[in-house]
Amino acid sequence: MSTTNDTATPETTIKAPADLPIITIERTFASTPSQVFRAFVEPELFSRWNGPQSIEARIEHWDARTGGSWRYAAWREGERIAGFYGSFHEIRPDKRLVQTFTYDGAPDGVSLDTTTFTALPDGGTRLTTLSVVESVEIRNLILASGMDTGVREGYVKLDVLLRDQ
Amino acid sequence: MAHDELSRVFAALADPTRRSVVARLATVDATVGELASPYGMTVQAVSKHLKVLEKAGLVSRTGDSYRRPCHLEADVLDQMTGWIERYRREAEARFSRLDDVLSELDAPRPTASKKKQNPQEEDPT
Repeated sequence: MSTTNDTATPETTIKAPADLPIITIERTFASTPSQVFRAFVEPELFSRWNGPQSIEARIEHWDARTGGSWRYAAWREGERIAGFYGSFHEIRPDKRLVQTFTYDGAPDGVSLDTTTFTALPDGGTRLTTLSVVESVEIRNLILASGMDTGVREGYVKLDVLLRDQ
Repeated sequence: MAHDELSRVFAALADPTRRSVVARLATVDATVGELASPYGMTVQAVSKHLKVLEKAGLVSRTGDSYRRPCHLEADVLDQMTGWIERYRREAEARFSRLDDVLSELDAPRPTASKKKQNPQEEDPT
């Protein structure tokens, strides 16, 4: 099962195979692998694009090296609404990033996220993230409800935004 | 759609024969016998698959004989596609912001060694 869009912007492809507890996300970027990689490991850059627009990501801890760890919180209107944490399992500059991801509202759950940064002939980057979770049921839960409480409200604004494009 | 309902839909569609049955029913309603013939399967085997699809809410049947036609509940499929599409849009919105961040970055340089005092101002001048 996958969906794509057909607008002029690079398309984001999601794959959620019916029988495997995984989600893959793929997208291309005009920037080099080195630049895209920076936006994943430098906290000042990361906090600017990650998470829904209506929510501010505040980095609480960030040690971006192999064996290091990270933690950030989602804030909305002065209120801390969700926390996320994990480890940097492997950092291979400009090529590959392996992280764990846990939403602190579901501390028994953990996603293993492997992100690869592939150089394209035109100088751009193909970004692929493979997320593996415990079961197909949990994968479906993630697809169906998003990972934090703020996401639902975010969609409404997002829908308006996308409709206007 | 409830989460367990969604799981049943995903599980029902994990099987290639059932996906093929869904694809056939997408064009026209069909009886169990009509569905069985192209696969060289017994009516009983197809019935088993149909029961899984029925439990998932993907297929409905009226009447009570083998001649009753099976009908695809397309809105259940649409709803599931909707969950994934919503997830995709969320990812796309994130990546679109990432595009903006990337557009401010200069030529490639070593990661993590240089951290700006103020990341909002990437302009080196």
